[in-house]
Amino acid sequence: MTAELAREMAELTVEHLVLVAVSIAVAIAVALPAGILLTRRAPLQRWVLGFANVMQTVPSLALFGFLIPIPLLGGIGKHTAIVALVLYALLPVLRNTLTGILGVDRAVRESAIAMGMTGRQLLWEVELPLAARTILAGVRVATVTTIGTATIAAAIGGGGLGVFIFRGLASVDTTLILAGAVPAALIALLADGGLGWAEKKLSPV
Amino acid sequence: MTPLVSFRNVSCRLGGKDVLRGLSLDVEAGETLVLLGRSGSGKTTALKMVNALLLPSAGEVRVEGTPTVAWDAIRLRRRIGYVIQEAGLFPHFTVEQNVGLVPRLEGWPAEKIRARALALLEQVGLPPAQFAARYPRELSGGQRQRVGVARALAADPPILLFDEPFGALDPVTRVELQRQFLALRREIGKTAIFVTHDVREALLVATRIALLHDGRLAVLAAPAEFLRAQGEEVHAFLACLDTQVTPA
Repeated sequence: MTAELAREMAELTVEHLVLVAVSIAVAIAVALPAGILLTRRAPLQRWVLGFANVMQTVPSLALFGFLIPIPLLGGIGKHTAIVALVLYALLPVLRNTLTGILGVDRAVRESAIAMGMTGRQLLWEVELPLAARTILAGVRVATVTTIGTATIAAAIGGGGLGVFIFRGLASVDTTLILAGAVPAALIALLADGGLGWAEKKLSPV
Repeated sequence: MTPLVSFRNVSCRLGGKDVLRGLSLDVEAGETLVLLGRSGSGKTTALKMVNALLLPSAGEVRVEGTPTVAWDAIRLRRRIGYVIQEAGLFPHFTVEQNVGLVPRLEGWPAEKIRARALALLEQVGLPPAQFAARYPRELSGGQRQRVGVARALAADPPILLFDEPFGALDPVTRVELQRQFLALRREIGKTAIFVTHDVREALLVATRIALLHDGRLAVLAAPAEFLRAQGEEVHAFLACLDTQVTPA
């Protein structure tokens, strides 16, 4: 491996990590409150989960492509890639937030209310702590898939390790493809292991 | 004197079904009123109307003279202890934290909460040194139920509600907890409303028994009178007492 390649690999890895981190942060910031809100609005659940489900069925390369002509959200570059990645990451976080909170034992919820907890106390002291593991499991799935999907960001000028893969494909250079694919896979494994560990550490209920 | 809890012609419709129909009933300070009835008789519904977990669709439930709809629900509930089947303890709280919950919500100083929680654990027969730091999953069913009772008593509420508190326990533990319930009542003399479908339990703990049938009050009587009361539903329940067991 040349010094040139190593340097570029380091750069693209950082770029990749930033893409993933920003996308996951935004996805959590949107999906977690949305999921909480949905637990209070049962009729909306079907619609919102349906939307998130549909987003996940759109082939990723196509989704990146669709976004290009869209004003504000779209175009060429990082922000378009992030929009697409966020759309993908929403569903697992949203679904697990919903499942986690709705999964809290009825007797526990009822006694919390009967003890005179306010809605906010119920959420912060009972529902979220008890749902934390399930929610984190959703974040883990979202993170691992985003690390993989983010390689496609390069197709629309989003950068990241996908740059190597697309360049390798174009020049039929397996080494280049591997230079993109191997670090991406390693990051995914590390993220999976780390978040899995955190999941186990969370309140052992 | 106004009764502590008063049902005035209360009806409740839940899911298109009339669960309670025109229930009128007063609960006086210091008594243990048992709501007895079969599954679906409306007894749990009536209980949940006292702490505004449910609101009447007609009539009103008054607590300390004020209709539940006029109470601030949070304030009302903190004045009412609530014990349910399976206890409903918070699995992520220790026993001590579970017991200290309402005092903490009420903003007591930490020292006072701790002292109160430990004293109550002692009172319900769970030595704090051994039990305070445990989690609910590390307790037996009977122990969890005791913690549930301690939690309900924590902020010294004037009214206690029990929803089949001993229903899920084995018969031996159940009798133990019934005895303890009576002992506690002698000690603290609180007003309690107690839901059960077990006529023995009703006769044991009640100062008065309200028998509900199909959402209506069938009989309201002290245990001694209840044994002599007339009516199909009373007889059905009293028949449970006569069941003789002949080993094969």
